[in-house]
Amino acid sequence: MTDIMNATVLLSNFVIIPVLAYGSQLALGALGVTLVYGILRFANFAHGDLMAFGTMITILVTWWLQSIGVSFGPLPTALLALPVAIVFTIAMALFTDRAVYRFYRRKRSTPAIFVIASIGVMFVLNGIVRFIIGPNDQQFADGERFIIKARSFKHMTGLNEGLAFKVSQGLTIGIVFVLVISLFWFLQNTRTGKAMRAYSDNEDLALLSGIDPEKVVMVTWIITAALATIAGTLYGLDKSFKPFTYFQLLLPFFAAAIVGGIGKPVGAIIGGFVVAFSEISITYAYKKFLKYLVPENWAPEGLVQFLSTDYKFAVSFLILVLVLLIRPMGILKGRVI
Amino acid sequence: MSGGYGGADILHDCNISVDKGEIAVVVGPNGAGKSTAMKALFGMLNLSQGNVTLGGEDITCLSPQERVKKGMAMVPQTNNVFASLTVQENLEMGAFLRRDDIFQTMEHVFELFPILKDKRNQAAGELSGGQRQQVAVGRALMTTPEVLMLDEPTAGVSPIVMDELFERILEVKQTGIAILMVEQNARQALNIADTGYVLVTGKNKFTNTGEALLASPEVRRSFLGG
Repeated sequence: MTDIMNATVLLSNFVIIPVLAYGSQLALGALGVTLVYGILRFANFAHGDLMAFGTMITILVTWWLQSIGVSFGPLPTALLALPVAIVFTIAMALFTDRAVYRFYRRKRSTPAIFVIASIGVMFVLNGIVRFIIGPNDQQFADGERFIIKARSFKHMTGLNEGLAFKVSQGLTIGIVFVLVISLFWFLQNTRTGKAMRAYSDNEDLALLSGIDPEKVVMVTWIITAALATIAGTLYGLDKSFKPFTYFQLLLPFFAAAIVGGIGKPVGAIIGGFVVAFSEISITYAYKKFLKYLVPENWAPEGLVQFLSTDYKFAVSFLILVLVLLIRPMGILKGRVI
Repeated sequence: MSGGYGGADILHDCNISVDKGEIAVVVGPNGAGKSTAMKALFGMLNLSQGNVTLGGEDITCLSPQERVKKGMAMVPQTNNVFASLTVQENLEMGAFLRRDDIFQTMEHVFELFPILKDKRNQAAGELSGGQRQQVAVGRALMTTPEVLMLDEPTAGVSPIVMDELFERILEVKQTGIAILMVEQNARQALNIADTGYVLVTGKNKFTNTGEALLASPEVRRSFLGG
């Protein structure tokens, strides 16, 4: 019995809690990708770097707050910096739209041209971020680190295995939960939200109904930029901030968005968790877990790890390829948004 | 209201007009420019000559959205509902430009199309062809337009549904709205028309009351199959 408990705790500590946190971060990122796809009808390759830009502003403001001695008690100071960063990132997103995408929208360019333009935006944003904060790892988490510490958990339960629950993980799950619910409430119940869904569903008819496309596009960028900044900051708090890592997150984002059917917000959230679960469960070494469950002499000699963690991006890539081959519309039925 | 258009490839000095509380029907062979004429009236393509007026006001230079504000509404031939939105949301989107209470208008639409009231919370994409057309017309009526333009409202629906739709359109007409309609089912459409326009290669070939056109041997021979 204790063995089963130990095995469960072990799995929760190394798989379930990380999946919930990482899945939430991916869900937010994928939501941004999916919203832009649903409304502006192109795959936004600059999303990862928009996230990096937002997180960079959070870090800079956090450093400034720390330097003048402001702190947020047990919570990370970054949360105080977040609203400022969101405003800056929204401004940046609207500026790129004005400077780049609007031109192609007026020309009614094909999605392929938008994608290439977004790759250009990606490089520029990437350059700006590296120029300002540099390409290196930045740690900016402060305040309490754990909600539950592994040692006190062991002490509390008397089990061999500890369960650690980080503040950053708790924050991620909580914030994403609230954000997702508010976003859906907004899309379902407000005039602007319904207009966004209508525009995504049938652009021409939306125009005939008098829906202003520029306004819909603007609201989309505002939501996307806010989501990207929050997702980036939460990811940075949970792990660390490095511009290149944020660029790399594009792959799991797109995998998540496409698993759920790109353009569908619910799909992006489910997809986020599917990708996170696959990535973490495939790269986790199950040796210790199995040792608890099987008789002693059956215990495996190897690590029982399906794939080295270095290959975690291969998982996203594989999911992407499989979904596109087998079910390109995604796992949910119905049309976009 | 008179709509004119000229010079371009498809329409040549074609003239269409409709009065309040009347139905004007545009018929003609395939490729005659019927749908193009509708688009021209609604500002969806540029006129090289001529103009469009609404209640005496020249609206030639206005965009489709601005024309909606002025009191024109259009039901396109295809993709004329928001398939993933519910029936009620479709109607709400039709009234997007209005800031006043839309409840009365919605009740009115439900009176006109009772089936929509039962299905108000169902996605429009899940409805049958005829019901979808009702949603489409209902959406257009939500702006309480002065002119309602229908591009082949009976395309792809069964004859029974077609008769019902025409009946509803007659009811809409009774509320004092000017209705301009392009139709493939020329005979039935001319039956309910106050004015009929027969277009051929983008030109007005015959213009008369619906009755007179139906009675005219020439029109019957060429367009109505004898």
